[in-house]
Amino acid sequence: MAELKLFRTWSSPFALRVVWALDLKGIQFDTIFEDLSNKSSLLLQYNPIYKKVPVLVHNGKPLAESLVILEYIDETWKQTPLLPEDPSERATARFWAKFGEDKVLPSVYNVFIKQGKDQEEAIVTAHENLRNLEGLISGKKFFSGETIGLVDLAFGWLANLLGVLEEVMGVTLIDHEKYPFLLTWMHNFADAPIIKESWPPRDKLITKYKALHEAYTPKEAPK
Amino acid sequence: MGEVKVIGASLSIICCRIEWALKLKGVQYEYIQEDLRNKSPILLQCNPVHKKVPVLVHNEKPVAESLVILEYIDETWKENPLLPKDPFEKSTARFWARFVDEKFIPSAWAACCAQEHEQEKAVESAQELLGILDKLIEGKKFFGGETIGFLDLVVGSLPNWLKFMEELSGIKLFDAEKFPSFHEWATKFVEIPIIQEHIPMPEDLINYVNTAGLAKTILGSAAMANKK
Repeated sequence: MAELKLFRTWSSPFALRVVWALDLKGIQFDTIFEDLSNKSSLLLQYNPIYKKVPVLVHNGKPLAESLVILEYIDETWKQTPLLPEDPSERATARFWAKFGEDKVLPSVYNVFIKQGKDQEEAIVTAHENLRNLEGLISGKKFFSGETIGLVDLAFGWLANLLGVLEEVMGVTLIDHEKYPFLLTWMHNFADAPIIKESWPPRDKLITKYKALHEAYTPKEAPK
Repeated sequence: MGEVKVIGASLSIICCRIEWALKLKGVQYEYIQEDLRNKSPILLQCNPVHKKVPVLVHNEKPVAESLVILEYIDETWKENPLLPKDPFEKSTARFWARFVDEKFIPSAWAACCAQEHEQEKAVESAQELLGILDKLIEGKKFFGGETIGFLDLVVGSLPNWLKFMEELSGIKLFDAEKFPSFHEWATKFVEIPIIQEHIPMPEDLINYVNTAGLAKTILGSAAMANKK
């Protein structure tokens, strides 16, 4: 069997996408958990440009950037395809995956790290981006149709990490009123076979993001 | 194989990627020139999410985002393939294309707009990344190997763009001596007829920016003060 290794952390939502893709296709792989405060020499050798996880090493050849890795997996192992065959539909999937990376994720993170008026503005931007997803998913079980695909994996972090961020920062972005379809997708995805088996422990995520949130919150001046 | 339109802007360093790809594959298309300060209804309809160029419209179906468009073109018209067949080599090309768009271009931009006290560090960062591109092309005719490939189209307009940004800001980034392989590739690439027909020239970019009074907008007031 070909040698397949995945460098990841326990919490990285990007690495989780790769775990899901491999698990959905029933591919065996070894996992190397990284401590990002003390990166291994192997990680630095395999991903010298970004020095990040995930890195997938297949037969000694490393690949970085989760969405690039997902497409590699899809092209190398043909079962349970993540992308459709039709070029136009493939382009649409890639467009939305990129939109998620370039716009949705940063705008939600901005809400998390900002306060006061800056946060209010960040919330407006986040909704502008999220509204597109509500329109995109409406009426469908998954973004890719009846089965999970690339776009679902790309947005997967919304199904568990978003709730953690919302709880820690005390701001709800996805509510029933504005995002009924997106919420339904989040529940469908979170509970889907294979997907639900790999969620990082919620309490550990809460602890991690509480600490991160505190680091971004200015301390009150002593009274 | 159906009606093809490209919505673009002639001085865009991104839109030219699309025209090159179509020309290399011998695909006929209609070009619609946008005035980005007064966006047309067709652009807003075809790219409502970003409202940006380029947009490819094939049989009335729009595709946006240049890297997405390039892959669509490569999958739809099979002659003169842009991406290699091998999944690993294909992924490598995709990785570097993202590196250019997400890391190199913003870094070069930041170096040219940096305030004086940050300039040295910003230039150093940008040149480090340029060094990576230089190493990548070393010993090769094209980024794609023996023939023009995906990454050549992605990087293609950057040497001219760097010259333009350098003239605008007074910052020197693209030193031919420091980056000889990249310089050699750039010199030859821009002379290829198909490429030459659709490449924004530094002098045209400078003229446009000066005529439209955009220098301050592009560089920011601090960087303007650095101009020699």
